[in-house]
Amino acid sequence: MQRYTKTAMVLHWLIALMIVSAFFLGLTMVDIPGFTPTKLKYFSWHKWLGVTVLALAAVRLLWRQANRPPAPLVSIPPWQHKVADGVHYLLYFLMFAAPISGYLYGSAAGVPVVYLKLIPLPAIIGPDPELKAILKTVHYVLVMTMAGVVVCHALAALKHHFIDRDITLKRMLP
Amino acid sequence: MKTMKKIALVSLMGVPLAAGAAVLKADPAKSSVSATFKQMNVPIESKFKKYTVAIDYDAAKPDASKATVEVETASLDMGDPEYNKEVAKKEWFNSAQFPKATFVSSAIKSAGPGKLTVTGKLTIKGKATDITFPLTVKTEGGKQVFDGALPIKRLAYNIGEGEWKDTGMVADDVTIKFHVVAGQ
Repeated sequence: MQRYTKTAMVLHWLIALMIVSAFFLGLTMVDIPGFTPTKLKYFSWHKWLGVTVLALAAVRLLWRQANRPPAPLVSIPPWQHKVADGVHYLLYFLMFAAPISGYLYGSAAGVPVVYLKLIPLPAIIGPDPELKAILKTVHYVLVMTMAGVVVCHALAALKHHFIDRDITLKRMLP
Repeated sequence: MKTMKKIALVSLMGVPLAAGAAVLKADPAKSSVSATFKQMNVPIESKFKKYTVAIDYDAAKPDASKATVEVETASLDMGDPEYNKEVAKKEWFNSAQFPKATFVSSAIKSAGPGKLTVTGKLTIKGKATDITFPLTVKTEGGKQVFDGALPIKRLAYNIGEGEWKDTGMVADDVTIKFHVVAGQ
């Protein structure tokens, strides 16, 4: 059985864990009313997760160019390969677009990122209330789209594993 | 607070007669007063929307200068209406009880060309402390431009009570910056 490389697996599962954490942390933090230390802490953590996902996504994309994924299974109809390819392209797009939109949203809100409390990252745009409102919506839509696509991706993997009983998921497991 | 206001008023009204210097009025469109605090090491600069600045300054006699600044604490713009409301609450500025933060100079000394050393009383949330900070002044288009930054410790004024006392979340050091464009 041809598997993904160990590096690809580590990147896949690490990024998956961080995306899920950032998603639920994001939902939790925006529901905290008012202004509390916990809320501010969660915002910082959420941003650190986002920046990390962005950096790892870049590494992952480069790795994927140099180390191609396993060839498609012959047992799977070509139309399903096309759908899977489309979903994977979309996931890669969102892995970049979701954190970037959040980063820009933070810049427009005048709250830059200091990564892990140590490294100040540049604010790409200055404080801008109008742009802030737009970017908030953009970030929300991208993140919710991502949630939907991730769920489809996971359900498809489980379907291959439990219903088709093929090796699709096993190739991504150590 | 009442005495503070009286002092402010007296200094405002009394100074032109005593020193013969000119009372300058700040141009709100060109001036700004802000507070920069660090939240988990992230510097956030928020501007006060409402304040009054009266500076009595004569370039020929800088040592006779006087300055009074009154800031409406509830006017701090954190960039979010919800946050702006929070900042006026009891734990932060307690603006209901202490609507204004004031600075009244007691001495202004020349510290070289275009430089002044300002000493005075800063009152925030009912706590008054004596402070000294450097101020620069230059003339631009017939107006005087004053720039200064004044580092304070927020906990000395009880700003951020209760769970906000944790300086790991919001640092004790806060910088108040002002850029005042003033003319007659």
